Amino acid sequence: MNIAVCVNHVPDTAAKVKVSEDHSGIDTAGAAWILNPYDEFAIEEALKIKEKTGGTVYVLSFGPAENNETIRKALGMGADEGIRIKPGTAADSLNVARALAAQITALDCKLVFTGKQSVDYDNGIVGQLLAELLGYNCVSVAVALQIDGTSVVAEREIEGGREVIQTTLPAVITAQKGLNEPRYASLKGIMAAKKKVIQEVEAVTMDPVVVTQSFESPAPKTAGKILGTDVQAVPELIKAIHEEMKLV
Amino acid sequence: MANKILVFVEQVEGKIKKSSLEVVSKAVSLAEAHGYSTEAVTCGKEVDASVIAEYGIASICCYVNNNLVHYSGSAYRDILLAHLDGGEFRFLFAANTSQGRDLLPRLAARTNSGMLTDCTTLEIDEQGLTGTRPIFAGKAFEKAKVVSPLQFATLRPNVFEALKKPVTPELTIKNVDTINEAEKVLEVKGSDGKIDVAEANIIVSGGRGMKGPEHFTLLEELASHLGGAVGASRAVVDAGWRPHSEQVGQTGKTVSPSLYIACGISGAIQHLAGMSSSRYIVAINKDKDAPIFSVAHYGIVGDVFEILPALNEEIKKIKS
Repeated sequence: MNIAVCVNHVPDTAAKVKVSEDHSGIDTAGAAWILNPYDEFAIEEALKIKEKTGGTVYVLSFGPAENNETIRKALGMGADEGIRIKPGTAADSLNVARALAAQITALDCKLVFTGKQSVDYDNGIVGQLLAELLGYNCVSVAVALQIDGTSVVAEREIEGGREVIQTTLPAVITAQKGLNEPRYASLKGIMAAKKKVIQEVEAVTMDPVVVTQSFESPAPKTAGKILGTDVQAVPELIKAIHEEMKLV
Repeated sequence: MANKILVFVEQVEGKIKKSSLEVVSKAVSLAEAHGYSTEAVTCGKEVDASVIAEYGIASICCYVNNNLVHYSGSAYRDILLAHLDGGEFRFLFAANTSQGRDLLPRLAARTNSGMLTDCTTLEIDEQGLTGTRPIFAGKAFEKAKVVSPLQFATLRPNVFEALKKPVTPELTIKNVDTINEAEKVLEVKGSDGKIDVAEANIIVSGGRGMKGPEHFTLLEELASHLGGAVGASRAVVDAGWRPHSEQVGQTGKTVSPSLYIACGISGAIQHLAGMSSSRYIVAINKDKDAPIFSVAHYGIVGDVFEILPALNEEIKKIKS
């Protein structure tokens, strides 16, 4: 079976994020860039299934040439082929999904993984959009997965619990932390990945449906009041919760 | 003429969720300001939907089937797609919950519509929706505009207020004969009525300073006195002390409760991003230089193992 994994290249979660002076963009100068953390679970799950049933794992990434670094990381973990989709003029979530869907159809992948969201723009919708564009079933925010033939049983994280979902392939699964323990790339894998040719294709995009207007920084925080040290400070905290916040 | 705002309202075991009522209130205020009418739609086995009218939406449509007792992406999608058909709706809003975030993008893809997720502000102008949404888990905000004919948004829980504004309910119950069970929920595990951190109004959160999983009972006790939920830092989740579903921060949940009490959490940048938009932040930490104090409204420098029991005692006294 051909399996697609859609990955993104994002600033490290430890990085500071600065809004540019004219508010038109995000200044990531100096930030380290990483494979989107949730995508690691997506890659691992694809590799586990490939090891069991055979097949080819394709890594797809929509973005600039820098994304090749992240594609190589996935190849180093054990994915077979890398494809970078060069963004067209519009890169809203629906256009990203559309570009990925075109490749997935061309590659005839009946199982698609992606992280449950990208930790940069935090939309968390590309997997679901992709499933609908492909006409596939979908399990978002998956924390457990079993595939037997074309039958799929997955667990999806919901508020305060998990849904156990039964569905069938073809399907898109979006991975949540907890789905598995992602492997580290082996030295041999990293060396082999360096030699692989990453295929580059142009995105087919349509008019955007969402347009970014500007970026803002959060309101600056002023440090609050230290009520004191140790248990003596407890009554004053209670007073604040009770009288100022009116929460008890 | 598309002049209606539709609100997708969620129910759990027949009861309407508070986060959906917040969306109802926001829809009502936008509708009044801009001359739209409103309608609410819900799916379930048995739903007591009249509460929606207490928050200002009179026109309520309930789709009912025994197998709609749990959420199903395929079933809900088909029902909502049919409901949206006909062109009377301009907007569809839902809470940014596991259902809202699963369902709305499916509908958006099918209708070639734009959507804004996890909005903390939402406005309407001549062209349509403009919203603000936290990105990088709250390290920055994006202001974006939807430009498609039909427009969707999910709203972050606890940000918009659910305001009572009673109207007379006009309920329509539609019995659905067959539902699309391509995706079927076999069971729901562990929904023991526990409040989820993403929806909680009060969060009591613990970090490495709690010294071990066994000490989280102190936080659970405080959370239960306050009617809140327990949260955790990434360090303690990675150490296996707490489940990932409780993790607050950039690889966990971004939260905006009324009160966030951080206990033994030093405040790594990715944690601060996820909770600094809370209305009130209280930090309890031994280290007076911990970064958490730089975002806290109130701080106590001291040992969590002395302060938490004292806090639990005092709150118990007030409540009794």
